[in-house]
Amino acid sequence: MTHQTRDLSLEALSRVEGEGAMHVVIDGKTVTDLRLQIYEPPRFFEAFLRGRAYTEPPDITARICGICPVAYQMSACQAIESACGVVVDEPLRALRRLLYCGEWIESHVLHIYLLHAPDFLGAGSALELAREHRDVVERALRLKKVGNHIMDVVGGRSVHPVNVRVGGFYRVPTLSELRGLLDELRWARDAALETVRWVSTFTFPDLEVAHEMVALRHPSEYAVVDGRVASDRGLDIPVDAFLDHFEEEHVAHSTALHAHRKGGGRYLVGPLARYTVNHDRLPALAREAAADAGLGPECRNPFRSIVVRAVETLAACDDAIGLIEGYEEPERPAVPVEPRAGVGHGITEAPRGLLYHRYELDEDGAVLSAVIVPPTAQNQDAIESDLRRVVVENLGLRDSALQHLCEEAIRNYDPCISCSAHFLDVTVERR
Amino acid sequence: MQSTRRPKLAVWKFGSCDGCQLSLLNCEDELLTLAGAVEIAYFLEASTAVTEGPYDLSLVEGSVTTPHDAERIQEVRATSRHLVAIGACATAGGIQALRNLADVGEMTRTVYAHPDYISTLESSTPIAAHVPVDFELRGCPVSRHQLLEVVSAFLAGRKPLVPAYSVCQECKRRGNVCVTVAHGTPCLGPVTQAGCGAICPSFHRGCYGCFGPTETPNTAALSDVLRSCGMSGPELVRIFRTYNTGAPAFAAASAAAEKRGGPR
Ligand code: SF4
Repeated sequence: MTHQTRDLSLEALSRVEGEGAMHVVIDGKTVTDLRLQIYEPPRFFEAFLRGRAYTEPPDITARICGICPVAYQMSACQAIESACGVVVDEPLRALRRLLYCGEWIESHVLHIYLLHAPDFLGAGSALELAREHRDVVERALRLKKVGNHIMDVVGGRSVHPVNVRVGGFYRVPTLSELRGLLDELRWARDAALETVRWVSTFTFPDLEVAHEMVALRHPSEYAVVDGRVASDRGLDIPVDAFLDHFEEEHVAHSTALHAHRKGGGRYLVGPLARYTVNHDRLPALAREAAADAGLGPECRNPFRSIVVRAVETLAACDDAIGLIEGYEEPERPAVPVEPRAGVGHGITEAPRGLLYHRYELDEDGAVLSAVIVPPTAQNQDAIESDLRRVVVENLGLRDSALQHLCEEAIRNYDPCISCSAHFLDVTVERR
Repeated sequence: MQSTRRPKLAVWKFGSCDGCQLSLLNCEDELLTLAGAVEIAYFLEASTAVTEGPYDLSLVEGSVTTPHDAERIQEVRATSRHLVAIGACATAGGIQALRNLADVGEMTRTVYAHPDYISTLESSTPIAAHVPVDFELRGCPVSRHQLLEVVSAFLAGRKPLVPAYSVCQECKRRGNVCVTVAHGTPCLGPVTQAGCGAICPSFHRGCYGCFGPTETPNTAALSDVLRSCGMSGPELVRIFRTYNTGAPAFAAASAAAEKRGGPR
């Protein structure tokens, strides 16, 4: 057996959001082809945003992704408000952050327990897991529900909330509505701490990545709704300079866009990047839990991202409690936003990493152009590079085991293919 | 002839945002019971395990937008005893049906650097345009309560209890003050199918029609009301052209508004 060709391709990835495929071909000891394919059909959001009113992108772009609609609404609002020269009142900003905490909790818990944990426990799904560990799955569902409940109360519903508008909200929740969340949130904070402990007992394959870690950074908070774009290599730029430093390329092999640092290389967004850039901004409770779980001040092993997600869930629960305890009903539900001609940029931290929006408006507030850069498109290059290493370092494994490991490596990034493909398509290339 | 076999449930995704299938996972209180009552035989978002068809009930999310998907929906139909289309994408083509009004070639060139890699259809169409559908559940996203009702109904072999009346009725039942009457806020409630629980008016916002038209909507009369609330012609065109732009009654209403024109 001198020349053995192995094909580890998987036609349909499971436990990821959206539709994707992995394509790996190994010739002897060389990986001759490796692609993460996205075959999500294109939905042309940027094209049909043109001509819509400046008030519409938050609701419209939410439909790019049902798993992180709040992220789309928040980045869109920030970009449009900045184009119109408006800054929302602090209490409204706090309420946005609370809504976002709900999305982080819901999305992270979904990923940790339903999508990712089965990999470490050798189960095909959380439902399979429930047979032996019913209490664990029940904890997961209750915790996830707390996140959804925040979105119901602040946003009206958890998938595509209706209460978000440019300038703020349609109606702000009453103090008693928010207080009603506190008991469950206190339970959730304990459950999140349990979650950190639970996932830290998993066995993690060794992998250290050298990608540049890029995340929003805020002077005092673990950045979510705003900040500057920072990295572990000293990048520190305002949001509106994003496109001066990062670019996307429409790559021939998969038709997926790969983002790069201009003049630099591969970078990473999402939990690992946020944790590494903002470790010092975590609430004390979350920082201690992270240390107990064996994490240092940075985390470069994508397999450990499940621990970081758990730490972030804990931080979000803690943050939500603080925001509710400090809540005073804002005087007005929204700041008036008058349109004007201009360009605005917005970046917030979606559960999967930073999400960039840019809108150009005319003097009546009609959208002239829109650019959206979602997290998974930014991570695609890193995912492929990790996959290549996983394959090369584990050539001795049997095909099925190696294939499985690759699928796990992809799920580390919680890739949201619905997001990354809102403007992408892949012509599936068959050999 | 009796069997204790659990019915097989499959969840399929076409052009969509995943929000409707996420609504199923958002039934936190019922999920484990459901998973006990049915065999979740195909649900890629949630499970690696895949059981071969035929399936007793297939939930289909998303619209058909590519040649490949036009073929795939035929296969799904062939392997499903009952097929339920869930959400505005699957029942009306979704927001991506805005392409039906545009030049797709031009759109592709706008968004992609290499339009030649893109394989897509000129239109985004609902599932029923391709195969017979046993039930259509509306909403962008669907309501999780209605989704559970539909699944339970099909498993029990009865008709789903999904009301066909308008959001107005839900709003009254909730005890909301009418946002149009009280504040002159434009609202699509009178022509939009119930199901959401009248969330928008409860948040002091006009309904934006994400559940699509009722059976016999009087969009002409409502359009006059909307204009008297201060909506311009183009605004009227746009409000009917969102998540259910492909639903015939909304398409007709936006076309009528476009024809009549009016101040910007
Ligand atoms: S109907 Fe709306 S929520 Fe459902 S998949 Fe389509 S875009 Fe998403």
